[in-house]
Amino acid sequence: MSRKTMSRNVQDELLHDHNHDGIDRRGFLKCMAWAGTGAFCVIRGGVLRSYAFSRLPELGPKEMAGELSFAQISDSHMGFNKAANPDVAGTLKAAVDKINGLAVAPEFLLHTGDISHLSKPEEFDAVQQILKGAKPQDVFYVPGEHDVLNDDGKDFLDRFGKGSKGAGWYSFDKKGVHFIGLVNVMNLKAGGLGTLGHDQLEWLEDDVKHLKHSTPLVLFAHIPLWSVYPEWGWGTEDSAQALSYLKKFGSVTVLNGHIHQTMQKVEGNVTFHTAASTAFPQPAPGKADSPGPMKVPAEQLKSVLGITDVNFVRGQQALGVVDSTLE
Amino acid sequence: MRRSVSVAVFIAVAVLGIAALGVKNSAVAAQQKPQNAEVKIDNFSFGPAALTVSAGSTVTWINHDDIPHTVASADDPKVFKSKVLDTDEKFSFTFTKAGTYAYFCSIHPKMTGKVVVQ
Repeated sequence: MSRKTMSRNVQDELLHDHNHDGIDRRGFLKCMAWAGTGAFCVIRGGVLRSYAFSRLPELGPKEMAGELSFAQISDSHMGFNKAANPDVAGTLKAAVDKINGLAVAPEFLLHTGDISHLSKPEEFDAVQQILKGAKPQDVFYVPGEHDVLNDDGKDFLDRFGKGSKGAGWYSFDKKGVHFIGLVNVMNLKAGGLGTLGHDQLEWLEDDVKHLKHSTPLVLFAHIPLWSVYPEWGWGTEDSAQALSYLKKFGSVTVLNGHIHQTMQKVEGNVTFHTAASTAFPQPAPGKADSPGPMKVPAEQLKSVLGITDVNFVRGQQALGVVDSTLE
Repeated sequence: MRRSVSVAVFIAVAVLGIAALGVKNSAVAAQQKPQNAEVKIDNFSFGPAALTVSAGSTVTWINHDDIPHTVASADDPKVFKSKVLDTDEKFSFTFTKAGTYAYFCSIHPKMTGKVVVQ
């Protein structure tokens, strides 16, 4: 779509500016074409199988079905309004539409942090309001560094951390899968990476101690728990310590956000996975001067934003990961 | 010819001498008088990353990025810490005592800088 066409559309669609904030959501979303990228990945017996998103309709119920499915969203950055995406509310809503349109309704949502851009109450409110429109009503959150900018994250904890320990870490069980939400965005040190800290590591060791080796584990945290690109702070100082407690388990999946792009890695019994942002993309490691927001043409934006849908297939002791873009 | 060369050399030496004197004087002035300075935050870095000022100087950081940053002292306890700075927001701190003050962005800790106060 040319710039000229785009601006004409926006002008036409300004009729839809119901909120009188100058942002024409329908027009903005209309400007984004369907780009058709994304992948469906299934890990079966430790082997990852990847299918292009465009092939999803070809996959049978056997591949799609499982006893448990959930969706991961990340990095909504509510409040961000710069050129890289002037309507982060619109793209989050598009993610919710996508979730509601999945053939298998996810049982719950995981939000892997940077819910807000500046930890403002109205930003948290807006995200909670939009997520009320999602079919799955249970949402499990971990904070990103943007969510704990004031008062050591007290507002985040009050809203999203009920029943959690320390800075907001917790675990829960769903149909035989043990989920662990970790916090690695507090007390960051000069020159350092994300950090879990002694108290949380001790809690984690204790939390998994009594689980059967066959229990599938899903860990989720904002900053990647593997070293994606330390030069940009994309890693966690003490993640190796955390992962050392999980060696006895047959199936471990780690879900992260923070880097605003999809990446996967398999290391022994652990599959690492980062989700795209619902707000704006960031450059691939080292491919730009800094990890700042990537400005892509509006018609491409949705193809680099997305949600992650995870299917747990009982009996196969493996997790299939679906990445779909906001198209 | 020879005479004109020596005149030129004399003038050159004189000019250099005056210039050197000027530099020396301003350096002395910098040590004595507080001077305000600015650090720009651009592309996830502080510029200049190392800044030298005299005691009593006020340093102002200004965020030119699309992403919020903070300016936080790396010392324990922290000597200074800004609130979160959104695009184009500023933070100022007046350094009254001589010393080296390391700082970083508490959101993106890979971003580091220092202020040397003389």
